[in-house]
This record gives sequence, C-alpha cells and structure tokens, in this order.
Amino acid sequence: MRRFRFVPDTFDLPFMSWRRVAFVSSLALITLSIILLVVRGLNYGIDFRGGILIEVKTPEVAQVASMRDSLSTLGLGEVTLQEFGAPDDILIRVERQDGGEKAQLEAVSLVKSRLEEDFGTGLDYRRTEFVGPKVGGELIAAGIKAVVSALLAMMAYIWFRFEWQFSLGAVAALLHDVILTIGMFAITGLEFNLATVAAILLIVGYSLNDTVVVYDRVRENLRKYKKLPIGDLLDRSINDTLSRTLMTSITTLLALLALYILGGAVIADFSLAMIWGVLVGTYSSIFIAAPSLILLNLRPSGPQKGSGSIDLETSV
Amino acid sequence: MLTFERWKITLVLIVALLGGVYAVPNFLARTTAESLPSWLPHKQINLGLDLQGGSHLLLEVDVAAVLAEQLETLVDEVRVVLRGAGIGYTGLGRSDEQVKLKLRDVTQSEATRPLLVEIDPSLEVKIYQDGSISIDVSAAARQERKVAVLSQSIEIVRRRIDETGTREPTIQRQGEDRILVQLPGIDDPERVKRLLGKTAKMNFKMVDEATPIEDALRGRVPPGSELLYMRDRLDDQAEARPIILRRRVSVSGDNLLDAQPTFQDNQPVVSLRFDNVGARKFGTLTKENVGKRFAIVLDGEVISAPVIREPIPGGSGIISGQFTVQSAQDLALLLRAGALPAPLTILEERTVGPSLGADSIAAGKIASVVGMALVIAYIIMSYGLFGVAAVLALTVNMALIVGLLSVLQATLTLPGIAGIVLTIGMAVDANVLIFERIREEVRNGRTPFSSVDIGFRQAFRTIIDANVTTLIAAVLLFQFGSGPVRGFAVTLGIGIATSLFTAIMFTRMLIVLWLQRVRPRTLPI
Repeated sequence: MRRFRFVPDTFDLPFMSWRRVAFVSSLALITLSIILLVVRGLNYGIDFRGGILIEVKTPEVAQVASMRDSLSTLGLGEVTLQEFGAPDDILIRVERQDGGEKAQLEAVSLVKSRLEEDFGTGLDYRRTEFVGPKVGGELIAAGIKAVVSALLAMMAYIWFRFEWQFSLGAVAALLHDVILTIGMFAITGLEFNLATVAAILLIVGYSLNDTVVVYDRVRENLRKYKKLPIGDLLDRSINDTLSRTLMTSITTLLALLALYILGGAVIADFSLAMIWGVLVGTYSSIFIAAPSLILLNLRPSGPQKGSGSIDLETSV
Repeated sequence: MLTFERWKITLVLIVALLGGVYAVPNFLARTTAESLPSWLPHKQINLGLDLQGGSHLLLEVDVAAVLAEQLETLVDEVRVVLRGAGIGYTGLGRSDEQVKLKLRDVTQSEATRPLLVEIDPSLEVKIYQDGSISIDVSAAARQERKVAVLSQSIEIVRRRIDETGTREPTIQRQGEDRILVQLPGIDDPERVKRLLGKTAKMNFKMVDEATPIEDALRGRVPPGSELLYMRDRLDDQAEARPIILRRRVSVSGDNLLDAQPTFQDNQPVVSLRFDNVGARKFGTLTKENVGKRFAIVLDGEVISAPVIREPIPGGSGIISGQFTVQSAQDLALLLRAGALPAPLTILEERTVGPSLGADSIAAGKIASVVGMALVIAYIIMSYGLFGVAAVLALTVNMALIVGLLSVLQATLTLPGIAGIVLTIGMAVDANVLIFERIREEVRNGRTPFSSVDIGFRQAFRTIIDANVTTLIAAVLLFQFGSGPVRGFAVTLGIGIATSLFTAIMFTRMLIVLWLQRVRPRTLPI
C-alpha cells in the first residue's frame, strides 16, 4: 500500500542557483526592517517602557468610547483602550507617569476608582500590571543580554562542533532571523514585551536547530563526495534533508496554529511571533546559512571543477 | 547490532510508567488528589500566579534613607558630646557618606578624638592638620546595617501580609535591597499595596501651643518644634490643617504591645495597649500635662490631637481620628505588625484576577489537545505504523513532562503551556530525523534491519547537536527571564530532555521489538 505523502521523498531543487535572488531579497527585507525600526520604532509594552496595563471585563458589552472619555479626563497622559479578545473585555494602557514609582501606584488606583464611579462595581479586574521606570530599564538590559549571549553561546557551540565557516554562517542566519522578527514587530505594531524577547530566543533556538540539521548533512557529504563542487554539494545536502525540514516545520506550525487560534488573547501575539519565526528560520537555514558557506570559502580550491567560479561568487 | 536487552526494556518501561503515575493526580480534582493514600503520588503541578490568579509585587527597601538617618543621628550625637566637653567647632554637617566638622582650636584635636570614638568604636575618625575632621561609618558597619534593615523589613512585610489572611504567600529577598512578594489567590491587591506602602512609624508628641500658626507658616518655626499637617479625614482628598508640635518624641510607637479596632460612641476607633516602659511614659506624660494637647503622629502626619482630660495610668489608650471601619482595621494591623525600618517602594506589580487565570488554563488545555491531535494525525498519515510508534512516544513524552513538573514542583505558567505545545511540535522532530534517515537507507537498497540500525545511528548525532542548541536557549531564558518567562524555560528544558529520551529510547524500543517479532521483508515507512 502506498501511503499519501504530503512531502515527496526526494527532491532535486537547484537552491544554490537561487541564492542571489535570496540574498538580495533578504538584504532588502533587512534594510526595510532597520529603516522601519529607526523611523517607526517598536510598540514597546509596559515591561520595557514602564506604565500601567489594566484588563477589565464588563458585565455587558463594553462601551469603549465612553470609557475612553471618562479616563482621558484624569490627566494621566496617553490612555489607550482596546478590545481584547472579546467585546466585554477591555485592555487599558496608561503611559508611564512622571514622578517615579509612587506616581504609577496612585494612577492605578485613580483609574480603578474612576471606572467604578462611572461604570458600577460589576467590573472584573482580570489583570493589573504596572512597571516602574527602574524595573523597565533593568528588563531591557536583561533582554538584550539574553539575546546577545544566546547568539554567542550558540556560535561557540557550532564552532566547537563544526568548522569556523559554519559558525559564522549560522550566526548570519540567526541575525537575519532576529532582525526580520523585530522588523515584523515594527511593521505590524504588535506589542514588543518580555514575551517577545522569549519568542526571539526561541526562534533563534529553532532556526539553529534547523541549520544544524542541514550543516550536519553538509559535513557528512563533504566527506562522502570529495570532488563535488561546493554549490552542488550544498544543493544535495539541502535536498537530502528537505523532507525532514518540511515535516518538522509543518508539525511545529500545526501546534503553534492551535496555540494562536485557541490559546487565548494573552498568548496570541507570542504564538504569532513564533509562527513567523518558524517560517523565517526555515528559510534562513536553506538560503542564508548554507550559501554563506560558499561565500566563506569552505571548499576554496582543489581538484573539483568550477573552482574558478567560486572566487567570483565571493564578490556577490 | 539491533538488539534491545531485557533490562533496557524494563528500564524504559519503568520510566514511562513512573511518568504516567506522577502525571495522574493532575487530571483529578484537587480535593480528590489530596485524599489519595500517601504512598501514591498526589502532588499536582504548581500553577503560576498568571494561571491561578494572584499578585506579584516587587518592593524596594529605601536603605539609603536609613543610612542617611543614621548619619543624621550621628551629627546630633557629635553635637551633644562636643558641647558637653566645651569644644568649639564650625560647619558640623553630613555629606552623603560621612559627617564633617572643623575645630575652632586646632590644639584640641587630641582631646577630641577619644570623645568621638567613644560614640561608637566602629567609627573611622580622621583629624587633619588644619583641624577639620571627617567621621566615616565603616563599610562593614554600613553593610551590616543594610542587611539588618532588609531582613527586618522582610519580617514586617511578612507580619503585615499574614495579618491580612493571605494563603501561602511567598516573601523572599531579591538582590541587595529588594523583596519579592507573591500572593496567590488574593482578592484585594489594592489593600495590600496600601498596607505595604505605609512605614507606620507612630509617635506621641506634645503640641506647641506657644507659637502662632501664622509665624510657622511664614517659616519661623522655633528650634525644637516642627510644622506638620493634620487631616480631618484619613483619606487623601481631605483638607489638611497645619499644627505645630514639639520635636521631642514623648512616647514612641515602639512601645506598643497591641492595637485593635473597636468602637466608641458608634465611631470606629483604634485601642492601644503599651508595654511597661510605654505605659510608664504615657502615664507620666498625661499626668504632667492635664489640660494640654498632645498629638498622635503617623508617618509624619497628625492623626489626631486630643486634649488630655485626666492622667491615664493604665497603659492603654484610644485613638479616635475620623476613621472608617476599614481604615481603623488597617491602622490597628499596621501598629500590631510594627513599623518598617525604611520606606518601601513598589517597583512592579503584576496581578491576575482568578477569572483570567481560569480562562487561560481552559484555553491552554484546548490548544494543547487540538495541537496534539493535529500533529498525531499528520504523523500517522505520513509514516503509518512508524508514525503510530512516534505518537506513542509523544504520549509518553507528555506524561513525562507533566509528571516531572509535578515531582519537581516546578511552576507552570501560561508561557509554560506554550512551551509544552511547542514541545509537542518539536519533539516529533527527533523521530522525523530518524524516520527520514531510515527511508533514505531503504531507498539505498538496504535490508529493513540494517536500514533501521543505520537510520537510528546516523540520526543520533544530528539530534544531539540540534537539541543542545535549543537547550542553550532554554538555559539563557531561565537565566535572564523573570516570572512567567522562567516558567516557559523550565517546561522547554524538561521537554527537550524527555523528548530525547522518548525519541532515542522509547521509539527505538518499539520499532526493534516489532522488527524482531514480525521480521518484515519491507518497511512500511
């Protein structure tokens, strides 16, 4: 009996011949991300910016407009309201108050007492969070430290297990993923918070996982086919592992989709970031990590044909 | 070769079974789980505050204020000592870290030193040629003081929270000057924040009737007196009236033995009981000052300033100050628990209401079940019989994760649930790597046995490399993350360990046993 296959057993796709297109479009996307990051910036959540977040469930469908009017007269600066997952569920964000920690605390009780005055006592405070300026700064520092040390640790591990070209190629792919993920947050305006940093670290982990599988096969094939030009060898390695890459990406995406759709509003942004990361990570293993090995002269010259063209390609 | 020794099989089965047994209590109601006989595992996973509802508060102790106060006291002591000895000086004051002064007569340097050292032998006194003197509190003494202030603060915070009747609070030191408070299932976080925000330093002082208020308001407060404000109601919006008090503390709140909320003429009041020292002081104070007013000062604010009608010798008194029932209760609680050695600031609050927690658990369960069902369907459709083996491995994997979380009493947070769902997706990866490798070997024309053998062996190295990198991410998340993110790192880390076990040991065992029993000529993969 032949079983239905989602993914064919064997591939023979000329990935390396697409690498210029891939490099150029990746570079364009990276540039776009950086420009957006500079021009528009990120929509930082209270974890990093400090401020107040209150999620409140109203007995009936919430009157967002009148709530907004009522709260905007408190003189607390920017107050934004947003329906959160359900029409009776409202997310209130208040910008960081001047005057240190105590001012945040007072603003929280001010908002709560005003809501009770105007909208009765049937309110259910589902979440109250405030982050003072001090902690916000520390969380930013910790987040940056986490991502940078993750990149360094993984680079070191790859260096230890493979050759230096692999290590650089992997980090290039990881940087690509991190920048594009941050760019996605800049474009969509999704809130960038602690959970996002966690998502980025995971994307880094997932992407590297994928890259290692391809590299592992490259290393094996380097031993097996001593005379194959590097481009063909990379093509073969990617095609060898492609069915696995697709299988794993699809199962992970299935799980993440379930989480995104059914996991509740609190976790939805995190799931979305991860879904994006799986897509970008899979792409970068094939189109960034592998062709970087050509650029880095992994198999510079030797008995194989076409070695002359490799030098040309380094100027891409 | 492809054999699986009996002891190995036993071991794998025992591990899988233990995972299942320890996971079971989580699927029972809490009361049922707790009533299980003690020889059965009955621990359930510890739910994080974001799932069970509760408050997370990060407090900072203002240690600097205490150190400054300490220097202030030292300045006073130096003044008293030098005046007593008739030594002239100028410029006595304190900077951030030391007390400074200059002697009028340089020849008195030698006579001064022993006087200063006598105040506190640990002081570092430096006298310079020109007669200027610096007095430092030694670094060790300062450190000791810091530690003492922090641990004393923790103790007071604990007492205050215990008095509110919160179940199982966690109160722990964090870093040099911070306290982390976690209050599961709390329903009025605002009250706790109010209680923690008060230093609750109470003093009894005499009212200075001699100085006209107008003079004081224009800034002419006589030395030894101070201008404070008295509120008619304790809530913040009320008007405050100025009042002038003697600086000297007549009776200190440290001498309180007990404080209880009660009623007097249908008004909520707080009744006090002093210890022996306090009772004596209070008795003398009231006896000597009949007809005068004294003030009850709490954290620099006057609660009330009654006239002393008659001596009160019994060591108990009543504070009436326009309280509500709640504010009388709160004040009594604060006085019972004692004053904080330093003001506390709340740096961060994260409170999740019980309804959101319950919703998150429900959504997390549905997402896990649906995610798992999708993955199972996909795997079986792709790999057939081998897919069934992978699915069995996945089930064991889930049981192991839940079991380990229960045994370790790790905290499961909402991001932690996400970690589990993600593990479902990624755990399959190890099996996918193996199966794809086996398929490749089959295509290369190998026999079923040798395909499986080589497939497992070749894939092993890749699996290790790939998982170590993810493990690095998990460790760093744990290191740098806080609260919920840490919970995520824990489940991710556990998930990696268990999926390595199930992919390499459990799946292999199933397939090898099947091969040995059926001895197929082709592999159904």
